[in-house]
Amino acid sequence: MYLTKLGVLETAKLIHEKKVSCEEVVKAYLKNIEARKSLNAVIEVFEDALSEAKKVDEKIKNNEPLKELEGVPMIIKDNILIKGKKAGCASKFMQNFVAPYDATVIKKLRDAGVIFLGRANMDEFAMGSSTEKSCYGICHNALDESRVPGGSSGGSASAVAANLACATLGSDTGGSIRQPASYNGVYGIKPTYGRVSRFGLIAFASSLDQIGPLTKNLEDSAKLLEIISGKDSNDMTSSKEKVEDFSKFDMKKTYKFGICDEVEEKMKNIVTKPVYDSIMKRLEEKGCEFVHFSIKDFNLCLPIYYVLSTAEATSNLGRFDGVKYTVRSANAKDVNEIYLKSRSEGFGEEVKRRILLGSYVLSSGYFDAYYNKAKKLQQRLTKQLTEVFNSCDAVLLPTTPNVAFKIGSKGDNPVDMYLEDIFTTIANITGVPAISIPCGKGENDLPLGLQVLTNKFEEKKLYSVASYIDALLKGENA
Amino acid sequence: MKDYEVTIGLEVHAELKTNTKCFCSCKNEFGGEPNTHCCPVCVGMPGALPVINKKAVELTIKAGLCMGCDINDIAVFERKNYFYPDLSKAYQISQLVRPICLHGGVKLDSGKFIRLNRIHLEEDAGKLVHKSETVGTLIDYNRGGVPLIEMVSEPDMSSPEEALEFLGKLRENLIYADIAECKMQEGGMRCDVNVSIREKGQKEYGTKVEMKNINSFKAVERAIKFEVERQKDILENGGTVRQETRRWDDVLGESSSMRSKEDSKDYRYFPDPDILAIEIPRENVEKIRKELPLLPVERKEKYMGEFGLSLYDTNLLLSEKVYSNFFDECVKLYNKPKSIVNWIQSQVLSLIKDEEEKEIKISASNLTKIIEMLEKKEISQQDSRTLFAKCWEEDIDAKEFAKSSGMLSTLSENELEKIMDEVISENPKACEDFKTTPDKVMPFFIGQVMKKTKGKANSEVVRKYFTEKLK
Repeated sequence: MYLTKLGVLETAKLIHEKKVSCEEVVKAYLKNIEARKSLNAVIEVFEDALSEAKKVDEKIKNNEPLKELEGVPMIIKDNILIKGKKAGCASKFMQNFVAPYDATVIKKLRDAGVIFLGRANMDEFAMGSSTEKSCYGICHNALDESRVPGGSSGGSASAVAANLACATLGSDTGGSIRQPASYNGVYGIKPTYGRVSRFGLIAFASSLDQIGPLTKNLEDSAKLLEIISGKDSNDMTSSKEKVEDFSKFDMKKTYKFGICDEVEEKMKNIVTKPVYDSIMKRLEEKGCEFVHFSIKDFNLCLPIYYVLSTAEATSNLGRFDGVKYTVRSANAKDVNEIYLKSRSEGFGEEVKRRILLGSYVLSSGYFDAYYNKAKKLQQRLTKQLTEVFNSCDAVLLPTTPNVAFKIGSKGDNPVDMYLEDIFTTIANITGVPAISIPCGKGENDLPLGLQVLTNKFEEKKLYSVASYIDALLKGENA
Repeated sequence: MKDYEVTIGLEVHAELKTNTKCFCSCKNEFGGEPNTHCCPVCVGMPGALPVINKKAVELTIKAGLCMGCDINDIAVFERKNYFYPDLSKAYQISQLVRPICLHGGVKLDSGKFIRLNRIHLEEDAGKLVHKSETVGTLIDYNRGGVPLIEMVSEPDMSSPEEALEFLGKLRENLIYADIAECKMQEGGMRCDVNVSIREKGQKEYGTKVEMKNINSFKAVERAIKFEVERQKDILENGGTVRQETRRWDDVLGESSSMRSKEDSKDYRYFPDPDILAIEIPRENVEKIRKELPLLPVERKEKYMGEFGLSLYDTNLLLSEKVYSNFFDECVKLYNKPKSIVNWIQSQVLSLIKDEEEKEIKISASNLTKIIEMLEKKEISQQDSRTLFAKCWEEDIDAKEFAKSSGMLSTLSENELEKIMDEVISENPKACEDFKTTPDKVMPFFIGQVMKKTKGKANSEVVRKYFTEKLK
């Protein structure tokens, strides 16, 4: 099935040039979804996908003007609202919630002609790194079903890798797009904080969350980000910063890369180190320079992340209370019991753990010791990292320490799972954009990801650098 | 019984007069069918985000300027987290560390200054509607997200009377500056009261008790009096006052305990990550300051000083913004403040029936025209009343109507006097009789004058003239 191997831009071209009908494309994807049902990447296929495809074909037949991505099928993470469809963050607590409005990103994709195929599986309320914590069951890695797809956007990444859609949307609070992208060998970007409107994204940690695309190639990633970016009057934290033509990559001969000492230190004990070393060597051979720098607070990333993200989450998740939207406990006798029992029965263990942690760090007497301290460190860390960009184009680091792990192998100690985020949270804490691109193979021939970071709102440069490395790794610009 | 001192502090909430809610574009309007002024933002839908209403920030700054507050350069919104079904997001967007206004205060008539600690902006919650046993309790989110200011006083009041006066002054300022309507019966203004007592001479404050749910001025007074007595009883009987929050029941006329200090809620305040800090440029503050209308205290000075009105008349005008504004408008058109206030008092107020809507149905232009015609003796006293009533009913021009209906004398005073003198010289007999039986002869004179003037003379003027001339 060559059709479903194609990305967003290629598919749009084929459909618009009448080489294939939109119906054929959508049918091919629906067939794949059915064939790879065991992945459990897609938790709902929208009934109207096929009829939407037929409408596109009708338009083409009538020679009506077509939108840029008219007829391109995408799958959306279960925490982004599509009007009239369910959106439930893979939580049984939210399983009956039907979105009454479109998220801004959905509106923008709709305006670009995208067809929505279905909802992607995820860790409940985007809390997790393995997509094992979903009320719809465990999601599997597209390349090895005995392994996790990563998380929390595991369904979105697995779906792209298994060719269940042209592309997907995920959300990234601490690595939730990049880590699963890495585990499934696809491209995933966490844009600059404020680049993409969060209106209609069910919030986990408002100051860290960003929506981003997961794609089969870089061009698709850049094009989709271009479409969903921009100031939104419904989101005060969205930025007025100009949205450049990300998909027009600059072609430079060499780049100057930053390498963080503290990351190098961590990599000493990592089995995948040779893969990254060889990439550096090849870049060096091409004439690229490397600047080594130290970020003293790098080791504080995880503590800062877990204090800030849980504090915001505990407040953001208060609205899921059994009074509205959520499933009310059948055993509740009064209003206090509605809260206590509904929330106790509705939320999964990991979500409860983080709600408790967040309540603790915000509680009176501890606020300064945790929340305020984390906020101050966040500022310090941001200053340290953004200064690095004065002397280099981009910072390189692995996305994850290793390839996708086995399902069930990190179930006992939540902190083991939290360590999955050691290379990814820095981009969320500092707000800079970060992309994970496939960069080689590790154990069992499973994919690894390389992260490219640039300064805030430098997505155009980010894509240019990423495409330079991507081409080098594919042997295209040797 | 020992001598006690009472210490009172108030936290006063007022709903701002904006067109839309504080963080979304839903209508800010009292009433309406339940859940009709709602959107994903104000019902706390998943994924919805707040966007600050600039007008609400402006009105808060305006309130601060009316009360002499300092305006912060940067204001931060925080989340106050707690669970209650009327609070859709399980947090209220409020302000803690950096409110829009700080300090300031209000001067009572006695000259005592009651300090404010702060004025901050926050959102209102929805309302629970308790239905029958079978239906249960329903939630109406129409009020959810309506902008509120909270004005927090320092514990500077020492009697219920002072508390009432303070509250009254806050309310007046908000109404006069068009910031809030403060309709107590619609919950547009609400009040929490902190009361403590201590033995006279004691330095430290006594234990503070907070009372919530107070919805009228009268209730504020009753609640404070009740609480002072309750605390005195406890102390007199050798007990200690417990720090707690009590709920006032205005029907029963008593308060009951809601929660003690130990059970007090931890609101886990933190800066709302969805709302960026608001910068308040100085020039915006100065612009708002320049556009402030005269406040009651300033109007009072003007009325009593510049216009020489009595305290009684001044208070009467200031008792309602519409009266004061109407008066100011009239004075601009016809600079006889005393005559105008007399007319407002005797005529205008007698026609205002509706206690709720104090609507003045005559224009300032018509009222001043009537007063002016009367004072120039162009119309009679009686006609002026008729004309006033007519103008209240219909939107006509007072002068035009006076002309067309023959009320207005078009004779000059000189012409009329000449005619009246003619009547006197032509009727010596009647003049003689007038000295003994004036009441019998007067109609004859008036008749003669009317005949000569074709009815254009003002009978009042004629009557007065003959009385004086033939005395």
